[in-house]
Amino acid sequence: MRRAALPLLFLLLCCLSLMVGVKQVSWSALLSFSDDAWLTLTASRLPRLAALVLTGVGLAMCGVILQQIVRNRFVEPATSGGLDAAKLGILISLTVVPSIGTVGKMLFALAFCFVASLLYVAIIRHIKFKSIVLVPVVGLMYGSVLSAIAEFYAYRHNFLQSMQGWLLGDFSKIVQGNYEIIYLILPIVVLTYLFAQRFTVLAMGEGMASSLGLNYTANATLGLMLVAVTVSATVITVGAIPFVGLVVPNLVAMYYGENLERTLPIVALYGASLLLACDILGRLLIYPFEVPIGLTAGSVGGVVFLVLLIRKYT
Amino acid sequence: MISLSHVYKAYGNQQVLNDVSIEFPPGQVTSLIGPNGAGKTTLLMLIARLQAPTRGELKLGGRSIASIPIRDYAKQVATLRQAPEFNLRLTVEELVAFGRFPYSRGNLTAADHQAIDEAITFLSLQALRLSYIDELSGGQRQMAFLAMTIAQQTDYLLLDEPLNNLDMKHAVLIMRALRRLCDEQGRTVILVVHDINFAANYSDHIVAMKRGAVHCHGPVAQVVNEACLRDLFDLDFEILRSEQGFVCNYFNPSTSRELI
Repeated sequence: MRRAALPLLFLLLCCLSLMVGVKQVSWSALLSFSDDAWLTLTASRLPRLAALVLTGVGLAMCGVILQQIVRNRFVEPATSGGLDAAKLGILISLTVVPSIGTVGKMLFALAFCFVASLLYVAIIRHIKFKSIVLVPVVGLMYGSVLSAIAEFYAYRHNFLQSMQGWLLGDFSKIVQGNYEIIYLILPIVVLTYLFAQRFTVLAMGEGMASSLGLNYTANATLGLMLVAVTVSATVITVGAIPFVGLVVPNLVAMYYGENLERTLPIVALYGASLLLACDILGRLLIYPFEVPIGLTAGSVGGVVFLVLLIRKYT
Repeated sequence: MISLSHVYKAYGNQQVLNDVSIEFPPGQVTSLIGPNGAGKTTLLMLIARLQAPTRGELKLGGRSIASIPIRDYAKQVATLRQAPEFNLRLTVEELVAFGRFPYSRGNLTAADHQAIDEAITFLSLQALRLSYIDELSGGQRQMAFLAMTIAQQTDYLLLDEPLNNLDMKHAVLIMRALRRLCDEQGRTVILVVHDINFAANYSDHIVAMKRGAVHCHGPVAQVVNEACLRDLFDLDFEILRSEQGFVCNYFNPSTSRELI
C-alpha cells in the first residue's frame, strides 16, 4: 500500500497539472478530438508538465550528488555557489557574445557552474575542522560573492532588470519550441542512476573510497559535471528554484536511508511531485494569474525544511 | 608479503618516519605499538596507500605498490580506519555490501551476496542486518565496519586502532575475530593498537615504534619483556606470565617507584 502511494500521488499531480490553467481543457473536449483542446494540451500543458517533472527530478538529484561529494546534508546548488555561478555565466555570455543562442548561453552557464563547484569542493576539502553548519555557510558566502559580482556586472551593463527574470524560476513561459533543452536532464538522470553506488562510496570519504578502489577525484569531478549540466539546463529554461535539492534528499534519507541505488527513484519521484504541487499551487493562488514557482517552491520548501530541522534536532 | 625499504615520510618540516625498513610476516597478526606520535598510523596509511612516502619503497609480493592500479590494490589490501565523521544512513547489510565494491563496481552477483552473508555470519551480526548503522552502539558499529572489511576478501587487512572507544567485551570480540581471520582463513592482519595487553595476547608478531623509527620487532615472546617496553614507553613494566598469556602491568609495577 505504502509503496504504491508515492507513484499514485505523482500520477494524480500530473493529471491535475494538465487540467489546471486559464484555458479550460475538459476530458470531454479531448475525447471528442477538439483541435483547440488538443493544441492547448500539446503546445502548452504537456511541455509544461515535462519541464516540471524533469526539473524536479534533476534538481533533487543534483542535491543528492552534491551532498554525497561534500558529505553534508545542507548543501545544494543554491547553497554552494553553483546556481549563482550559472547566472553569472549567462550574464557574461550576453555581454561578450550578444547574438548568442540558447545553447551558447547554456554552455556559458555550464562552464561557470562547473568551475565554481570545483572551487567550492576544493575549498571545503581544504578546511580541516569542518562542522555541519560551516560547510553550507561557506557555500552561502561563496554564492553571495558570485552573486554580488553578477549584480555589479549587470549594473555596469544595464542588465539589472532583465536579470531579475532568471532570478525567479517561472514555468509560465514554457511552450512548445522554447523548452526542449531541458530534455538534457534525461540522460543525466540515467547516468546518475548508473553511478549511484559510486556516489555512495564517495560519501564515505576520500580514504574509504580509495581503500575500496574508487578514484575519488575522477568520480567527484564527474558528479560535479552532472550537477553543472542539470543546473545550467534548468536555469536557462525556467530559472532558479531553491530548496528542492535540499528538502527532497533530506526527507528521503530520513525515511528510506541513503543507499542511493535503492533511494534514487524515490528521490526522483519526490522531487517531481514537490515541484508539481508547488506549480499547481502557484497557478491557483491568484487565478487567473500565476505566482512564479521560485516563490512557491521557496516558501513551501523552506517551511518543510524548517519542520524537518525542528523534528530532527529537538 | 608486505615489505618496506628505507621509507621516509615528512609532513612539511616534520619528519614522521625516518628510514624504516621492515617486513611483515604473511599469515600472521602483527601489532604496531608505541607511544603517541611514533608514526604507527602513518606507517599503516602508507601501506594502505592513503598516503605516499616522501622517499623509499613499499612492496607487496615483490611488486612496488605504487605500480599497482588502485582498483586491483583494493582486492588485495583492505583498510579499516576510525570513521567518526561517517554519517551515511545505511543498514548493516548495505554497508557490508559496499565491501564488495572493488569486485562488483555496483552490480552485486551471487558470489558477492555469498561473501556478504559469510562476513555477517562470521561476526554473528545476523540480528542487526537491517538496522541502520547510525542507530547502533559504538561497538556494534565497529563490528559492522569490520564485516565490510572482511567482505572485501583481501589477503591483507589493515586496521587503525580498531579498539578505540570500545567496551571490554567488544574489544575482545574484535580481537578474537581478527585472530580467527588469521587462523581459519590465513589472512594477514596488521593493526595499530594502544592496549599493550591486547597486542601481547592476540598477536603473533609485534613491531614497536618510537620517534619515527622501528624500536624493536619480532615474535611476541621476544618483544614483550620488561627492558624493551620500558625503553619504548618510558614506563616501568612488570610482566606476569601464565599459561593463558601475558599481563603487562604498568599501573603499579612492584619493580620500581621512580615516577613518584
